[in-house]
Amino acid sequence: MDSQIKGVSTGTTILAVTFNGGVIIGSDSRASIGGNYVSSKTINKLIQVHDRIFCCIAGSLADAQAVTKAAKFQISFHSIQMESPPLVKAAASVLKELCYNNKEELQAGFITAGWDRKKGPQVYTVALGGMLLSQPFTIGGSGSTYIYGYADAKYKPDMSREECLQFATNALALAMGRDNVSGGVAHLVVITEEGVEHVVIPGDKLPKFHDE
Amino acid sequence: MALSNVVETPASGFNFENVCRNVALEGLLQGGQTKAPKPMKTGTTIAGVLCKNGVVLGADTRATSGEVVADKMCAKIHYISPNIYCCGAGTAADTEKTTDLLSSNLTIFSMNSGRNPRVVMAVNILQDMLFRYRGQIGASLILGGVDCTGNHLYKVGPYGSIDNVPYLAMGSGDLAALGILEDRFKANMEMEEAKELVRDAIHSGIMSDLGSGNNIDICVITKQGVDYIRPYQESEYKDKRQRRYKYRPGTTSILTEKIVPLELEVVQETVQRMDTA
Repeated sequence: MDSQIKGVSTGTTILAVTFNGGVIIGSDSRASIGGNYVSSKTINKLIQVHDRIFCCIAGSLADAQAVTKAAKFQISFHSIQMESPPLVKAAASVLKELCYNNKEELQAGFITAGWDRKKGPQVYTVALGGMLLSQPFTIGGSGSTYIYGYADAKYKPDMSREECLQFATNALALAMGRDNVSGGVAHLVVITEEGVEHVVIPGDKLPKFHDE
Repeated sequence: MALSNVVETPASGFNFENVCRNVALEGLLQGGQTKAPKPMKTGTTIAGVLCKNGVVLGADTRATSGEVVADKMCAKIHYISPNIYCCGAGTAADTEKTTDLLSSNLTIFSMNSGRNPRVVMAVNILQDMLFRYRGQIGASLILGGVDCTGNHLYKVGPYGSIDNVPYLAMGSGDLAALGILEDRFKANMEMEEAKELVRDAIHSGIMSDLGSGNNIDICVITKQGVDYIRPYQESEYKDKRQRRYKYRPGTTSILTEKIVPLELEVVQETVQRMDTA
């Protein structure tokens, strides 16, 4: 499926997990062309669309960057009109509208995660055709297929920040270890009411598992 | 908003007027017996490196049309603005026109706003345009420049994806050039070291890739100004012409000469005042 994406694709592993008081959103950093050439080892897949709202991208890099650009503008404008920070659901809806209305032309999927005053930490997925779903945690991208078991087994609701960080890091490391189009460094962003914190884990500092 | 939309975006996505013209032209070529010439591609090696005081861009100078070298001294480093230059790989016409359009837009913007354009603005305009054309414009570009926010180097793909990187290579010779860059790139290099690195990267592309060749152009952009060195290095394999191949005046004898003056009559004269108020 990925090899049908024309141009640069982020064959990828992305995830977002809520914890007690916030949400962690994470991704790898590899961009590939045709499934066998890594065109970038350090691509940024965590795009900040507002102060406390991030989204991570999967699929065609060009499509995803164009959609997030449009979404960033629309969310910004919406926030100015409403004179208050946007709801995470609003941001996810904007992405969903763009994906659904242009589903023939676009090949990009998103995970939106953030914190707002109304509902606290939230995670939304916007799939390829424009489906919008709210979940306590979600994984996406080509590498996610290898960690469904791990995620289902190890996720607990109401984790602490450290537990959640460990969960997300392990999940990314496992997926990057098995998926050839995911790799590079692990980017993680911790979003809470207080602020936004970036954590970058280089490839060699990722947790190692049994046969590495 | 008025400043950023200097040229109106087309009403709907595409403008493929030239496709109709090309199809008509091909029809004229004796029903397909003569093939239209293949578009000129810059099968190319282009590279860029961020160094301590600026950006160094490099390119080879070969343009191919099928299996023939169409231009041995093609300029692949295009002027965008006094502080931004762009290397282009892919279809030569596409890179030329895209960079020209970008340059015009940014000049108008500069005049309107009184500011020097920023590299990130150039990148955004390129991304918007290339994404709108869905990869039909075959232009892979390396944008480098120095502005008030620092030194920048961006890669723009033909589908409209962008990447902000400290060193990069593109074109058919990119893998060869990337090998050199990956090996010897260090952050905050001195200018001379960076120039040598880019030269070596392009040289590696020229040696290992059939689509790249001839000379090496280097463009150095710093806060003080731009040094466009063309060529930085000439090819060692240049042929020397054995003799003069031009025809002397008088080679073709003139048999008859007839001069017909064109009698033009002024039919109507109108004067339109230019309002410069």
